[in-house]
Amino acid sequence: MNSTNERQTLVVIGNGMVGHHCVEQLVERGALAHYRIEVFSEEPLRAYDRVHLSEYFGGRDAESLALGEAGLYQTPGVTLHLGVPVLEIDRARNEVITANGCVPYDHLVLATGSYPFVPPIEGAAGDSRLVYRTLADLDTIQAAAKNARRGVVVGGGLLGLEAANALKSLGLEAHVVEFAPRLMPVQLDDNGGQALKARIEALGVSVHLSSGTQSITPGSDYRYRMNFANDEFLETDLIVFSAGIRPQDALAKACELDLGARGGIAIDSQCRTSDARIFAIGECAAWNGSIFGLVAPGYQMARSVAAQLCDAVGLSDDSAVPFLGADMSTKLKLLGVDVGSIGDAHGATAGARSYRFIDEATSTYRRLIVSADGKQALGAVLVGDNSYYDTLLQYVQNGIALPADPATLILPQGSAAPALGVDALPATATVCSCHNVSKGAICCAIDSGCSDLAALKTSTKAATGCGGCAGLLKQVFEHELSARGVAVDKSLCEHFAYTRQELYSLVRVGGIETFEDMLARHGKGHVGCDICKPAIGSILASCWNRPIQEPWLVPLQDTNDTFMANMQKNGTYSVVPRIPGGEITPDGLIAIGAVAKKYDLYTKITGGQRIDLFGAQLHELPDIWGELIAAGFETGHAYGKSTRTVKSCVGSTWCRYGVQDSVKMALFIEDRYKGLRSPHKLKFAVSGCTRECAEAQSKDVGVIATEKGWNLYVSGNGGMRPRHAELFATDLDDQTLIRYIDRFLMLYIRTADKLQRTSVWRETLEGGLDYLKAVIIDDSLGLGAELEAQMQLVVDRYECEWANALNDPEKLKRFRTFVNAKGGDPDIHFVKERGQIRPMQLDELKLISAVEVV
Amino acid sequence: MQAMAIEQQGWTVACARSDLVANSGVVAWVEGVQVALFYLPDGEQVFAVENRDPLSGANVIGRGIVGSLAGDLVVAAPLYKQHFRLQDGTCLEYPEQVLKVWPVRVSGDVVEVYLGG
Repeated sequence: MNSTNERQTLVVIGNGMVGHHCVEQLVERGALAHYRIEVFSEEPLRAYDRVHLSEYFGGRDAESLALGEAGLYQTPGVTLHLGVPVLEIDRARNEVITANGCVPYDHLVLATGSYPFVPPIEGAAGDSRLVYRTLADLDTIQAAAKNARRGVVVGGGLLGLEAANALKSLGLEAHVVEFAPRLMPVQLDDNGGQALKARIEALGVSVHLSSGTQSITPGSDYRYRMNFANDEFLETDLIVFSAGIRPQDALAKACELDLGARGGIAIDSQCRTSDARIFAIGECAAWNGSIFGLVAPGYQMARSVAAQLCDAVGLSDDSAVPFLGADMSTKLKLLGVDVGSIGDAHGATAGARSYRFIDEATSTYRRLIVSADGKQALGAVLVGDNSYYDTLLQYVQNGIALPADPATLILPQGSAAPALGVDALPATATVCSCHNVSKGAICCAIDSGCSDLAALKTSTKAATGCGGCAGLLKQVFEHELSARGVAVDKSLCEHFAYTRQELYSLVRVGGIETFEDMLARHGKGHVGCDICKPAIGSILASCWNRPIQEPWLVPLQDTNDTFMANMQKNGTYSVVPRIPGGEITPDGLIAIGAVAKKYDLYTKITGGQRIDLFGAQLHELPDIWGELIAAGFETGHAYGKSTRTVKSCVGSTWCRYGVQDSVKMALFIEDRYKGLRSPHKLKFAVSGCTRECAEAQSKDVGVIATEKGWNLYVSGNGGMRPRHAELFATDLDDQTLIRYIDRFLMLYIRTADKLQRTSVWRETLEGGLDYLKAVIIDDSLGLGAELEAQMQLVVDRYECEWANALNDPEKLKRFRTFVNAKGGDPDIHFVKERGQIRPMQLDELKLISAVEVV
Repeated sequence: MQAMAIEQQGWTVACARSDLVANSGVVAWVEGVQVALFYLPDGEQVFAVENRDPLSGANVIGRGIVGSLAGDLVVAAPLYKQHFRLQDGTCLEYPEQVLKVWPVRVSGDVVEVYLGG
């Protein structure tokens, strides 16, 4: 087919999740050597995550919802035309026609998606006819919600409940109106629907079932009145329709491609339409007459098409897997409520029998549907607790023989949970359905050297789609490691057979204050090592906050903590005085400048709004700090795994946009947590308005001012693996903000692994952000007061370590380059560059006499 | 008097006994050589090793953390964290890196190093 070297043109219409995945797959497989890819998108934004759309109102912006790397569409050979709808497909000429002109194609992929179905109802228009599908729709809803008190969603399915969540997070009184007699009629049975209704109503969302809207007229207390049958009605300020989706097949219809009986572009198992040059994938396609409204089947189609296009030019190493329908099992969290639906959830199979567990006290429901002979699981329904999902899904998908008493699979799990061992899964079992990763593929990755979960996710992409399989992936990973004789040894080191978390509890519960005591009571040997000493030194500091220069603590510290400065490559140190919130007086600047000049130190402004002074030798540190402390400075703890900086913008004091005094809050936060030692460094920031000039969303703790108070973000991270902080709580007053930060930091200190930043800690937390909110905001573990008291102890014991050391001649004895001679290390040489010193490089040393030596 | 006699045969006073820091290191300037001295009160052991870190080229070994790995007493270099055995100066991670070691003894109030005859 591709006998010439000329590249063929592949046009992709639609840049939604599925269209994007197809392009990503093509590029990954090397298709750009043979194809030029032109992507047309009606929307003005590149592909974004529609599954997590409701988080847009929770503080996520368009960029953080965007899929994949922006760089993908800058790859030569790939062109993304945003905001350019395709008007027509000319199949005779093999061209697509857009407002900007015609583009000829060799192959065409339709990934046009779907649109929300709005039933024809008299009077529905404007704010009484909103839809919930795109980011632009969300902006419209947000604008409509400005002056609204109550909002109604028409449609009690998956998307409708998502939309209700969105209305709720906009602060509206939310109602759901469903035509059917139960919620989520496709996925749930009657009992499941009832349990879900009870839970959702407990959250303050009203549910109206069996209610068909006849007409919409002006209301008396609210803007609109929805009239149902039987003279019932409901008044509201806005109405969002989420009553199902319809395939976006207009282009296909206009160019006379075959359509499915109930709409959708008809495709075969190769995802080909009735025109061999044209493929259709995702929600616009109808396979065997069915539309698949989930992302995983769409991704399957995208992969199949990408593989076929690569096959056609001799690229492929794995032949294309045909699309033969998809499992519609889903696991969701709707309005914070777990909902799961697996396989034949309605027990439609002939002879199917059910086991049911109903707990009306907590509105929890589970149903397991088994075959007539009771040997195979056919389906399941879960409401309230999805921890059963992974196991049940594997039973259904892989035809695993049921236990003698299948009911145990859905009964409340005591301490001995009858979970299906992951070893029972066959190698073909799909672990991640978004990226089609089997257990076998995971085992291969482990065999080829993936030794941690993060690397496994990167190399296989498992758990990077919807993330629903993260728990299962972790189980498979740990099981496979132990099966390979790699003991999943969680010992800190050879001296302590405990994790950092366990060591923390031992220190805390035993009131242990020294390393020797710890080693004697819980460790092995008499010495320890460079792993356990700093780790336990850090735990002791987090718990008791004694000056780290105390003789029993000194040998535990890394050199940076021992000498309270940062060792640089040539053995000299850098010094960072604390500049709280980045606010400094001219006199302060002059004092730092004078010290830098006197000791000839290289100076550089840091990313945390302070000044780093480089090139000090050990014996110079006390003199330098004597002068800095005399000028009013304190240690900045740049050397410690501890609170570093609180970055701030000038806020409402100076800025015309500022809505709160961000500098004042930054100063308060920095003053409170300075000197707090933790498993890893801690960075903070406070922004005075939503423009976010202090970059709080890249910090461990980020605070952003709102009209009403402060929004708190947690677990952000810059560095090697950047991570956006997540919105944790909104519109807090000062006291609540500090209380939440106290609890957050102490919980992190208590439960994180050694050298684990808050971002990674948060990602490994079972239960994720919701769990964190429950513990910190709702105090679900009853730990709140204890965490706050522990923080208060650390705060009360704060003392500048440098001031402490300077007052003690014994401690100062450590700050000598040589214990038996004055002066510095004669092997340290500097040269001048751009008006300042820098370490001499090895190749310059040979020319030592020829360069300017300081 | 005996000590004096041996000193003439190559033992040199490095520092005062009180200059040593328990379970940690200090550095002495001994006849133009930088000697890192580590003191472990458990068993009253003192070790003298070269202060120059062969990996970084910086004189920093004396500022490393003392530990025990698989029965050997070691110091972790503070910049790149490789481990050297205090007993013989061999590196656990890179066999080509070796620190010089010298005999050392505590003699009354002073610490003495035997740099060679």
